[in-house]
Amino acid sequence: MQQSNTYIIVFTAILTIILGGLLSLANQGLKPMQDKSIEIDTKKQILGAVVDVSEMSNQQILDYYNGTIKSIVVDYNGELIETDEKGSPIVAEEVNIPKNFKQQPEDRQYPVFIYHAEGNDDAVEAYILPMYGTGLWGPIWGYVALETDLNTIKGAVFDHETETPGLGARITEKEVQQRFENKQIYDENGNLESVYMLKGESNPESALDEHHINGMSGATITGKGLSDMLKSYFSYYQGYIEKVKSEKSVASL
Amino acid sequence: MSEETAEKTLVKEKKAEELLSRRRKKIIADPLNDDNPITVQVLGICSALAVTTQMKPTLTMAVAVIFVMVFSNLLISLIRNLIPTRVRIIVQLAVVATLVTLVSEVLKAYSFDMYKQLSVFVGLIITNCIVMGRLEAYALGNKPYDSILDGLGNGLGYSWIILAIAFFRELLGAGKLFGFPVFEAMGIQSFPTNGLMVTPVGAFIILGLIIWVQRAKTGYVEH
Repeated sequence: MQQSNTYIIVFTAILTIILGGLLSLANQGLKPMQDKSIEIDTKKQILGAVVDVSEMSNQQILDYYNGTIKSIVVDYNGELIETDEKGSPIVAEEVNIPKNFKQQPEDRQYPVFIYHAEGNDDAVEAYILPMYGTGLWGPIWGYVALETDLNTIKGAVFDHETETPGLGARITEKEVQQRFENKQIYDENGNLESVYMLKGESNPESALDEHHINGMSGATITGKGLSDMLKSYFSYYQGYIEKVKSEKSVASL
Repeated sequence: MSEETAEKTLVKEKKAEELLSRRRKKIIADPLNDDNPITVQVLGICSALAVTTQMKPTLTMAVAVIFVMVFSNLLISLIRNLIPTRVRIIVQLAVVATLVTLVSEVLKAYSFDMYKQLSVFVGLIITNCIVMGRLEAYALGNKPYDSILDGLGNGLGYSWIILAIAFFRELLGAGKLFGFPVFEAMGIQSFPTNGLMVTPVGAFIILGLIIWVQRAKTGYVEH
């Protein structure tokens, strides 16, 4: 049975409208729940840089986050910014990091998540810095927590959009992220050195020091993207890091 | 239009057939063993290898595939006499893609971790040969209720195989089941986990063993 071209066009048009309508309806209906899921996921990742969140329920994560994280936004020079050009307040959690990434480093907003003892925001335990960069196929991002010396890495979490499962996607694995722990971002002379992923998985002990860690075999480009992301974001946050350090030395005098 | 695509075993329907007559039971039971989509028709291998490292995502995937198969079979069967023959593949694809996107959106809203873990594989249900295969071979030429049963049967046939693979892979590869450390609970502290099972190679081996056992029992041979 051959149908006329008109019939085919009308049929496909109607089908498209019905299916399209169905999808946009579902999208609208599920949007609030999806936004909430994304919010929890973001907070989970931020906390993941300093504590083990795998056993926490969603509500526990939100409560713990509210109790232990103080978030601020700074500019390239490390100065606190509280309002945008239009005068409305900036919320660190709502800073769109991918969007900021498209601007010049000097013009970006840099959120800092300060992890402190529960209920006491003076007892700082770590500074969590969000980062964003490019892997092999698409964007990668993460949160790196620095100890209060602002030199030692306390912990890190990374995530990605489209890295290869089993290769580049391993940056999401705890085992890979733990390699960053206790590494230093400054050298003895106080110059920014950052931490680099080497090529390959089983580098000799001599190649690994406080600035170099084992990479992921089969994912050299993702590893390089990760190293570049760390290096550039540590340098962007340097203004803030210097400022906190100088405040500390004043306080200790 | 339907003669060429309908299955040859199509039986003439009698009036007021039982809800679960012998013929209908056979529609569900056949794909579970004798005509299994994975082990006999060798369709849907990709996802059988990719998602089966752990039981939990595998179960989610199985439910998603069953949902997509049942409803795409139903929808296509309902409009089977309206679909223009020349664009039928695109129409099938559009229906399947819509259902898969729905599944993906629901996962994103209610189970974000699972959504992140399965992301591309849920999307790839669209290209799962089992879904399109059943639409083309069955739903286009059969009544809606039979098509639902056929979708359910094939979905279950796919599901039990991937769940079986995931069972052995998670047990031997990580010593866990649904994330629960089985061997530790039994008091075996140093169970040597097998890294091979975590890689797709492990899935191939287990799938091969399942096919071997199954064919030894049913006596099925490739023609």
